[in-house]
Amino acid sequence: MPSLKAIKNRISSVKSTQQITRAMKMVAASKLRRAQDRLLQMRPYALKLNKILNNVTASLSEDNVSEYAKEHEPNNLLIVVFSSDRGLCGAFNSNIFRFTKQLIAKEYDFYERNERLEIMTVGTRSHDHFRKRGYQVIGDFAHLFSDPSFEHVREAAEFIMKRYRRGEFSKVILVYNEFKNVATQVAVVEPFLPIKNVQEEESQEKAIDYIYEPSEEYIVDELIPQSLKVQFYRAYLESAASEQGARMTAMDQATENAGELLKQLRLTFNRTRQAAITKELLEIVAGADALKSQ
Amino acid sequence: MHLTIITPDRQVFDGEVDSATFPGSEGSFQVLNNHAPLVSSLGKGKIEYRGPGGHQSVMVEGGVVEVLKNNITVLAEKIIE
Repeated sequence: MPSLKAIKNRISSVKSTQQITRAMKMVAASKLRRAQDRLLQMRPYALKLNKILNNVTASLSEDNVSEYAKEHEPNNLLIVVFSSDRGLCGAFNSNIFRFTKQLIAKEYDFYERNERLEIMTVGTRSHDHFRKRGYQVIGDFAHLFSDPSFEHVREAAEFIMKRYRRGEFSKVILVYNEFKNVATQVAVVEPFLPIKNVQEEESQEKAIDYIYEPSEEYIVDELIPQSLKVQFYRAYLESAASEQGARMTAMDQATENAGELLKQLRLTFNRTRQAAITKELLEIVAGADALKSQ
Repeated sequence: MHLTIITPDRQVFDGEVDSATFPGSEGSFQVLNNHAPLVSSLGKGKIEYRGPGGHQSVMVEGGVVEVLKNNITVLAEKIIE
């Protein structure tokens, strides 16, 4: 049995760990609320933008293809992986890495073997992970989480779009954790570029006869990049909210486990102390007996 | 008529106005009650609107405005404070 002092030390160290995990849980909870608010804020904007875009494209002639809808020649693939900047968030990062690896093995094996696969990382965790494993990692957007405003995040989207326009990629996909609820995150794949033609799905709806200023083509050229940036931003926010959710559950678990451990340690501590007292009493009684019999 | 100004980050304005002036990419224009349906892109400039709360304005950079059945929605790309 360990000494009383050793158990005492153990108890105080577990206690301070528990304090840290509890604090981290609280911080994650408040950050999660803010991230969720942002998601809610962005939704009406995205909805309206898509509605206008559909309306405009419905009345546009078919051969007018945006430069983001064109299929490019060289078959390069870009995968954008959203992870977190920091650890201690449960299986959040390892899930997305495993998911990405499976995705590459299953569907994009061809690109990998021909070195036509590039990875853009969001968050230092995925940056380190893929760099270490010898993937071609482009773009330095490891610290995108320092400022979660649209203003800041759109730079990353613009970077991809610029390189797509130059014809460096023929396809761009996003891989991120979608926020279902606090305890559940689902890894999802989303095609980013080239954009799909929305014309067919929406043509049943009656298009409103708008006046377009300065022209329909101009509006489409303005709106498509904007809606791409919003799509990227949504993926970013989903991932950020998922991260905080995952951290919150992980830290909640850790706090609970620490509590469990403390209970056990206190029991051992009391047992050891009682054993010491009993032993001492026995010695005294035995000593008195020995004196009496003399 | 109802005016809503939103950015991806937040809602900037939501309320009733009598008139609104927008910095269209080809020059500024004003929208009054019962305007025909309109979609216009915006350049950099001031959105000015007059409502019960008096005269107000915000600086925007880029975006698009939709006017439909006395509902004006501004999707601003960026608000300059």
